[in-house]
Amino acid sequence: MRDTDDGLRDLYQEVIFDHNRNPRNFHAMPDASHQADGHNPLCGDQLTVYARVADGIVQEASFVGHGCAISTASASLMTEAVRGQPIEEVERLFRNIHQMLTEAHPDCDLGKLEVLSGVREFPARVKCATLAWHTLHNAITQARDVAVTE
Amino acid sequence: MNAPLTLEGVLRPAAADQAAAAAAPWAADFPILARPVRARRLAYLDNGATTQKPQGVIQALADFYEQSNANIHRGVHWLSQHATDLYEQARSRVAGLLNAPNSQDVIFVRGTTEAINLVAQTWGQSLAPGDEILVTDMEHHSNIVPWQLLCARTGAVLRHARVTDSGEIDLDDFRSCLNARTRLVALAHVSNALGTVNPVAEITRLAREAGALVLVDGAQAVAHAPVDVQALDCDFYAFSGHKIYGPTGIGALYVRASILQKLAPWQGGGDMIHTVSFEGSTWAEGPQRFEAGTPNIAGAVALGAAIDYVQSIGLPVIAAHESALLAEATERMLALPGVRLVGTARHKAGILSFLVDGIHPHDLGTILDTEGVAIRAGHHCAMPLMARFGIPGTARASLALYNTQADIDALVAGVRKAQKLFGV
Repeated sequence: MRDTDDGLRDLYQEVIFDHNRNPRNFHAMPDASHQADGHNPLCGDQLTVYARVADGIVQEASFVGHGCAISTASASLMTEAVRGQPIEEVERLFRNIHQMLTEAHPDCDLGKLEVLSGVREFPARVKCATLAWHTLHNAITQARDVAVTE
Repeated sequence: MNAPLTLEGVLRPAAADQAAAAAAPWAADFPILARPVRARRLAYLDNGATTQKPQGVIQALADFYEQSNANIHRGVHWLSQHATDLYEQARSRVAGLLNAPNSQDVIFVRGTTEAINLVAQTWGQSLAPGDEILVTDMEHHSNIVPWQLLCARTGAVLRHARVTDSGEIDLDDFRSCLNARTRLVALAHVSNALGTVNPVAEITRLAREAGALVLVDGAQAVAHAPVDVQALDCDFYAFSGHKIYGPTGIGALYVRASILQKLAPWQGGGDMIHTVSFEGSTWAEGPQRFEAGTPNIAGAVALGAAIDYVQSIGLPVIAAHESALLAEATERMLALPGVRLVGTARHKAGILSFLVDGIHPHDLGTILDTEGVAIRAGHHCAMPLMARFGIPGTARASLALYNTQADIDALVAGVRKAQKLFGV
């Protein structure tokens, strides 16, 4: 039987600590084309995700807010991972991350985002890891809805 | 003797109580405490959320269904009368626990939340626009939201008295909030997020002078020290069975008899009526008027068993045990670098809310969990209180009679492990 300490080490890898201590792209974005608020009422995690999208490509993403190490690191890693990606690719990443955290590992390499895979063993923490991604997804799709109705 | 939850009762226990408490042999009565969690010894410190059940309570549930099950208040047959007797005996146990004058002052409900909603939806319907309900900043959401809903229906106004930095009610602010329009003061006996024991008798006296009634949320109090509704002189007292070693889905509301007599019905249905006709129906007397439909009979009977259990140990003994353990836990946690307590009232019961520098409470909860230590992390259903302290939440260890020094050892070791892991 795997010791729970192994699970804990998988959950809190050095990359997670690094991004928790020094979150990347941790600022508001006055010229964002998309933004949304995310809130996990269970633990009080709260963040705002910003994206500047041009020509269907995320030029830049950032976030502000407060949360646990997992949610902060996940948001930080996300802002790095989506930069320069087409919106379709961001949506695909969102689905793959969600699958990795809740079901089984998807049939692809998620690169640096793989450090989040340890979360799956801690179901109570999955929402911490997905909060930023859900928020970014909302930011992008809400704006799209507006664009469609116009 | 059933003394009220007082400073004397909690902080200066009698020598005999201290001696009995130091032995703390009660963990063996709780089967779940013997099971490992995450391959570790379980240190269950989430008693503010719910308490574990002693064998006697588990057995009472099984016994009821194996030996006594029938519907109540309607049978000509023996089993129905037997089940009715057990249910009504449980009501007497609750009255005894609270030192209520009469068992007919006790209404069975699902829990504290339902009890407060019952008061809001019966007594509260008489409120007029501009009437005021006064709560405090340390209330659980269940003692805030029912009043917000009531105010939206009636035009009444919800006011809230401030809490000091140490987590006590600011009595000056409380007095300034009280006025001729105050119809009800609703407050926790013990704060679920801070552990503060509020001066309910003093608050009741002030409310009485202003002509207001008083509702006490006793969810975090009844399992931890003697409660006496007559000494407190409150009008309503609510608690949940599952926080005093009983089953979930059963609780009780004490209502002062003179108020209960005049209270309009709540939910309509069977059991709460005297007669029913299409020309109009009449209502049952006493608590039955508020117990429409088949109640949680087995739950009530098992709650009676839980009350028997705590009374067999003695609430002063339990209070002394938990008080000594809280003092030790407080001292040892504060000895750790970077640990800060939230809630440092002079008079506390059984709850240690804390923050660790550089570690979010949720991360702390996960790391402690891997050590078999169960605590609560978050806002504890007290978001206005967290906002008042400018924090998103805390980690909370809450005690029960079966906790021992080994649980405190595990808590302290778990926090140190988290600090090492996080490099803080």
